[in-house]
Amino acid sequence: MTRRTIADRARGFLREWSIPRQIAGQSHRDEAARSSLSRDLRPRLEEADTVGTGICPYCAVGCAQRLYARDGRLIHVEGDPRSPINQGTLCPKGAATFGLLTSPQRLQHVLYRAPHADRWEVKPLDWAMDRIAALVKRTRDETFVRELPDGTRVNHTLGLASLGGATLDNEENYLIKKFFSGGLGMVWIENQARV
Amino acid sequence: MPSLGATYGRGAATLPQWDVANADAILIMGSNMAESHPIAYRFVLQAKQKGATVMHADPRFTRTSAMADLYAPVRAGSDIAFLGGIIRHILENDLWFREYALHYTNLATIIDERFRGADELDGVFSGWDEEGRRYVYDSWQYEGMTVPSSLAEHHVNTTESFNDETKRLSHAPVPQDLTLEHPNCVYRIMRRHYARYTPEMVERVTGCPADVFLKVCEALTRNSGRERTATICYAVGWTHHSTGVQIIRAAAIIQALLGNVGRPGGGILALRGHTSIQGSTDIPTLYNMLPGYLPMPHAYKPHDTLKDYLEIEETPTGWWSNFPKYAVSLFRAWYGDAATPGNDWGYDWLPRIVGDHSQLPLTLAVRDGIIKGLFVMGQNPVVGSSNAGMVRRGLANLEWMVVRDFTETETAAFWHHGDARPQDIATEVFLMPCTFAGEKAGSFTNTHRLVQWHDAVVEGPGDSRSELWFMHHLALRVKALYAGSTDPKDAPVRHLTWDYPVRGPKQEPDAEAVLKEINGYTWASDPAERRQIADFKDLKDDGSTACGCWIYCGAFPADDHNKTRDRTPDGPDGPGTHLNWAFAWPSNRRTLNNRASADPDGKPWSERKRLLWWDAEQERWTGHDEPDFPEEKPPHFEPDWDSKPTGMDAITGNDPFIMIADGKASLFVPSGLKDGPLPTHYEPLESPVPNPLYKQQGNPTAKRWEHDDNELHPIGDPAHPYVLTTYRLTEHHSGGAPTRSVPTTAELQPEGFAEIPPELAAELGITTLDWVVLETARGAIETRALVTERLRPFVIDGRRVHQIGMPWHYGWHGYATGDIANVLTACVGDPNTSMHENKALTCALRKGRLAR
Repeated sequence: MTRRTIADRARGFLREWSIPRQIAGQSHRDEAARSSLSRDLRPRLEEADTVGTGICPYCAVGCAQRLYARDGRLIHVEGDPRSPINQGTLCPKGAATFGLLTSPQRLQHVLYRAPHADRWEVKPLDWAMDRIAALVKRTRDETFVRELPDGTRVNHTLGLASLGGATLDNEENYLIKKFFSGGLGMVWIENQARV
Repeated sequence: MPSLGATYGRGAATLPQWDVANADAILIMGSNMAESHPIAYRFVLQAKQKGATVMHADPRFTRTSAMADLYAPVRAGSDIAFLGGIIRHILENDLWFREYALHYTNLATIIDERFRGADELDGVFSGWDEEGRRYVYDSWQYEGMTVPSSLAEHHVNTTESFNDETKRLSHAPVPQDLTLEHPNCVYRIMRRHYARYTPEMVERVTGCPADVFLKVCEALTRNSGRERTATICYAVGWTHHSTGVQIIRAAAIIQALLGNVGRPGGGILALRGHTSIQGSTDIPTLYNMLPGYLPMPHAYKPHDTLKDYLEIEETPTGWWSNFPKYAVSLFRAWYGDAATPGNDWGYDWLPRIVGDHSQLPLTLAVRDGIIKGLFVMGQNPVVGSSNAGMVRRGLANLEWMVVRDFTETETAAFWHHGDARPQDIATEVFLMPCTFAGEKAGSFTNTHRLVQWHDAVVEGPGDSRSELWFMHHLALRVKALYAGSTDPKDAPVRHLTWDYPVRGPKQEPDAEAVLKEINGYTWASDPAERRQIADFKDLKDDGSTACGCWIYCGAFPADDHNKTRDRTPDGPDGPGTHLNWAFAWPSNRRTLNNRASADPDGKPWSERKRLLWWDAEQERWTGHDEPDFPEEKPPHFEPDWDSKPTGMDAITGNDPFIMIADGKASLFVPSGLKDGPLPTHYEPLESPVPNPLYKQQGNPTAKRWEHDDNELHPIGDPAHPYVLTTYRLTEHHSGGAPTRSVPTTAELQPEGFAEIPPELAAELGITTLDWVVLETARGAIETRALVTERLRPFVIDGRRVHQIGMPWHYGWHGYATGDIANVLTACVGDPNTSMHENKALTCALRKGRLAR
């Protein structure tokens, strides 16, 4: 690498500096804004090997997003310019979607807290699923009522409850309602609609 | 939303968000749209650039107010007084859209002669049962005719046989007096009811200067009519009241009187707060409905057999007469081949509700140990629930709890925070990592009924799984545990259809297969022989069709067409209804009740506001949107009353509100609402002042759950003199987990605070950044003071009233923290929805910190 002289560096600086070129008539939005740095910058999106259509997970406006990934890792989330709702824009929350999916505070494993314990312990997913299924059956069997004392048919359990749904997919809501209500006979099923 | 449902027939936003750009005036109230729904607010600004008048009425001066042409300050909880004042202004000055309202609403309909209004009875309506604290609805009915509700529960309790009475809707047209002279026509009743809501009274109750109020009236009415339309936008600033449903009803009445419903740039935009809160109401993870707004069978209603249920809930006239088709198709989807005509399609397997099982009583039932096992999926009730301290302490009474979220939430951590003693808490807690949109495929339904698909682009980290995966694999496990059972109680678990294909090493269920079932198909035992149904008109009540949610029929109309994934917007020269961008329920209709965009003859009211019109040559409705009306019913169609018509045969060619039994917007609601046929101002349950309008102080039917850890303050309580209102910030979301745990949003709003008006701060010696303590009968919290002129004192009925505002997102977890505002709020509810009243309560305030 050759060492540049002060004069070379001054010339380089003047060449890169936008103001003289603007005075010379170049547009500040275009030609005068270019520099060797901006010429060499490449959009991150060029590296993506996958792009998918997304919908913002926060409020109910329904802004469309594009999600870009490379080698199975998310690299960028931006507003979808085609959307008649957001036309490429996102608000501060929507723009944080990438930060949400890559938050350092995300859980990787199932945490379990045994009765009276003062700490979490990591548990295998399969173990947790089996244990929860057994608890569901136990509680349902203990609390299921077919008829009230006066003979009124109720076919339900008041011992099981579910909260949540407004942040989930329609398909997920459907399976929650179908299995919890239509299968198990739960009636305490609620989401954020009343919050 | 029972308010819009009871008035227009469907509880959803009537127009797409982008159509707000076509409005000539926009009133935003009960919403800080610029900060809570910033991207939707772009359409308000687009309208403003084209000359629209933008108005904001709110207790706080926010960024929405800053961008509006007109800001009207109103005391929290006084909205019906303000809106009632607008209704009076419209009626007394004859500013309503006569041809529209006369034909398309029940303005001319004659009400039962026994009806007495709140104007006569000092704040209650006829039919009030003081002992039962409820109304009997007979005197609210149309003269000689009982009208079923268009809400999920069509049947209401009346003293006379409800169904025999409703059948009279098929005998003759509803009794009307188009001259509006009859003393008991809705027009006369409304004029009497709202006569006292004068501009002076509006100022006395709301604190809004009468001249500012009149400017709002003037701008709204000037921009409504044949050539012009106005939109009203609202959010939870209206719903979070003990009168929330009737606040929205008042807005719905204004829009129907002004002829602003079903037309371009007109309507009511409900701005909802969670990405699929509309979807989770349509496909309800709610206790009182089955998918598609069908009523949940109720133990204390005549719902004993399927025949009873269908007969009692079917409305004789209007679109809801198709109800049996939707119900039987749902049971077929759930119970498959096990559902037969002999066992009432499995109807008996459905659980019966026995009362109010909504969120507030749910949290009380957890506290009382009735509920043993609780699932919490993507919700954070320890931050988001009213009386959050009680909710947190109550969780210790659970035997077990499963929390599914992406990080440890305050709810998951209830057992090891603050005063909790883990050694005393026996609850078994599972905290399971979830995945997000982008890591799983599925659809969300946005605030204007638009169902949009999102792809799975990457895998979620570690053992994170979707709720689809969790429900699928939990169901398979539980079904296996019950597989050998012969106990009749276990029949629904065993018979529930559950054949979703899975893919990949994680065995993720195919979300499209679930959407196909929601959409509906012709029934065949062999999945390979099922054919997707493209329109709910093809659903049957004979078991030949299966459909998980009838209003989503058309979302997946063919085996290879997931319409929610369509992504073709109209170009700049297109009509701007974007029919090829995703799917909107019902049947891809973008503007509800759009028959009303044409006059009674079927012609557009004006060239400027064209949307749908009758094409006499083709003999069908045509235009820029899918018609929300029978395509081939001519505008001059009249029912043949001699034939006792039912269903849509009883709806004339100029009745645009097809989900209502008489096809007309219900200004006056005869059944379905528990607190009155017309919106009436009641004070919040905790109020600093007596009700200036009536002797009746608060909503007489409001839900109260009296308990020593859920006490309310008396009216004008000197110990709790200030009005407190809670609200949201742009940078945070609801219970806060998905933003307080994200570095960028946490950095933008790092810590909780309370907004305090300068006058009150001076009285109490508080300056910005001081620690302050807020306290109610439910609890006390500390936070930082933000002294700001955005809040101002009001003079209410001669008395100075201060308001404090506090964002409710904060908790102790994540990067951005603060005390939980909901520790201050109480479990009280709107009688129709059990919605809480966190937008208007009273509190004490002092400088200093809590002793902990």
